[in-house]
Amino acid sequence: MSASHHTTIIILLLSNAIKAGTILLFPTIGEIFAERVGILNLGVEGMMLIGAFFGFIVTRLTNNPYLGFIAGVLAGGIASLIHAFISITLRGNQIVSGLALTIFGAGFTTFYGQRWINMNLSASFENLKLPVLSNIPVVGSILFNQDIIVYFSYILAFVMWFILYKTMIGINLRAVGENAKAANAMGINVYRVRYIWTFFGGLMAGAGGAYLTIGYAPFWLDGITAGRGWIAIALVIFAMWDPLKAVVGAYLFGSINALQFQLQATGTTIPSAILNMLPYLVTFIAIVLTSIIVKAKHIRPPKELGIPYSREEK
Amino acid sequence: MKKFASLILVVFIVMFGIGYTSQAKNSKIKVAFLYVGPHNDGGWSQAHDEGRIYLQKHLPYVETAYSESVPEGAPCEKIIRDYIHKGYKVIFGTSFGFMDSMYNVAKDYPNVIFEHCSGYKTRKNMGTYFGRMYQADYLSGLVAGMMTKTNYIGFVAPFPIPEVIREIDSFTIGAREVNPKVEVHVIWTNSWFNPVKERSAAETFIANKADIIASGCDSPASIEGAKKAHIFAIGYDRDNYAKFPNTLLTSRIWHWGVFYTKTLKEIHNGTWKATQYWGGLKDGIVGLGKFGNKVPKKVRNYVLKREKEIIDGKLKIFEGPIYDNKGKLMVKKAQELSDKDKLSLQWFVKGVVGNIPNK
Repeated sequence: MSASHHTTIIILLLSNAIKAGTILLFPTIGEIFAERVGILNLGVEGMMLIGAFFGFIVTRLTNNPYLGFIAGVLAGGIASLIHAFISITLRGNQIVSGLALTIFGAGFTTFYGQRWINMNLSASFENLKLPVLSNIPVVGSILFNQDIIVYFSYILAFVMWFILYKTMIGINLRAVGENAKAANAMGINVYRVRYIWTFFGGLMAGAGGAYLTIGYAPFWLDGITAGRGWIAIALVIFAMWDPLKAVVGAYLFGSINALQFQLQATGTTIPSAILNMLPYLVTFIAIVLTSIIVKAKHIRPPKELGIPYSREEK
Repeated sequence: MKKFASLILVVFIVMFGIGYTSQAKNSKIKVAFLYVGPHNDGGWSQAHDEGRIYLQKHLPYVETAYSESVPEGAPCEKIIRDYIHKGYKVIFGTSFGFMDSMYNVAKDYPNVIFEHCSGYKTRKNMGTYFGRMYQADYLSGLVAGMMTKTNYIGFVAPFPIPEVIREIDSFTIGAREVNPKVEVHVIWTNSWFNPVKERSAAETFIANKADIIASGCDSPASIEGAKKAHIFAIGYDRDNYAKFPNTLLTSRIWHWGVFYTKTLKEIHNGTWKATQYWGGLKDGIVGLGKFGNKVPKKVRNYVLKREKEIIDGKLKIFEGPIYDNKGKLMVKKAQELSDKDKLSLQWFVKGVVGNIPNK
């Protein structure tokens, strides 16, 4: 086979890898912000399922993928308010509440999703070649011949990074996650900040789920997220709570996912069960490696992650 | 209080009476079906459900019910026992994983008839049934072999088990009979029904210049991928022609209704015996779906000719010489692979690019 043929294969595979990575990028960024304000939300998988489900149904009914996407985003956000209420207002155990949300999301979507199984969508996001940028050899065809949601995720990652590190909003929200009492003393409304960013985490999980069913599958299936919510939570650590590093993690996972199929298609002798495991295995290894780096560089999770806050308690 | 209690008693008696009379009036044979997936999964379970509806429509003395997404193991056993307590006399289990549950319950109820799809355990009151899908696979391979221009065909496959390997092998034999340059590439999804994985596998083949995607998985996701890339697909389980008239070349289809009516007629006449049924094109339990709009007359005629030869017993698909994909002679000239060897097939024929794990 010629070299140009190999380049075409690589371009097509990596451009699919970006799409697969986008499904993870949204929830990872969302969870980064929830954790930055001290709220650990293990309900990402459940919120993604809810977003995927409503995104699918609304697209199916309206034939408008953008409307569907917005519906999925909002559904994820609404689901996150359950967790916000329990962990912020009621000061309940965040781990239990998050897990409950995941179980709820799976149960809810399985139950109401029965009659939608195997239905497909006729409307999906179309690729949009960006002028000039898409002419860059190789990289241009991989990054800039994508659909609008992917472009939105590029911008989002950058904007969120900017907000987190370069604005007053970012300083305030980080303060809430580091030391809520001090933040309160500074005049920040801790409850409100925590609610806003937990809700944002839900919106983003919904976005990831909706992109999965509308832009990627486009099908409905029980448990269609297949553990991607958990991968997103792992990627938060991999990204060291930084939205731009989340981009790297998400695309890495997407590429490994594409690679396992490519290896099989070329007739590799590695058993397919091992190949199917590859993305999870790589995530695991990546987490171990970053944990070591995190320790060496004294980077740590937000100090009050998972700790309820009460204004009355001294 | 006394009044209330007597009222309840009256209600109970009346209800019991109604229940009793309705049961006495009902002389239909009650038949229950167990599905591994949703009844509308677009594939395997739906094909069985269409068989159930066919049965219901053709035999007036039959009454049917089904349970969908039945888990394997203990819950399955409970569902079967519940049906029997409700008076069901025939149980069809449509997934391999129901085998042991059915086998256990069948021992306790010698008067209930059990039929298990794709398994191998039998009792006096428990038979097995399956179809020679490889015959339809071969025919669809002929179509693919004649239609491909890149000579790269992708096969999205669920599990590396004999049933699926047999499909890929016979498909490849068909494709290479008419086009020796064809390579059939295999990706395992390790799942019967996972549209996302099936779609990803199809996308990978498309990136590698495949112009036809075949699937042994139970969702139409790979057909969807082929449609988007403007290439062809070969369907499985049931005919999705109406949905993809320009993408599908043809489909390999189960007609379970044929077997279900045959079995119920035998039960009704009192001639039923537990057997290991393995019907083929001749019996009508498997077959090809409609040809796609893009399949030329010449191709259709050739395939129909070969189909007739199989039905007449003139053409044997697994007849030697057959080499495996490492070049070893597996079936000698003028010999045919026995049914036993077909049922335990664990190697790929020449022309398949793929790997069978644990071999």
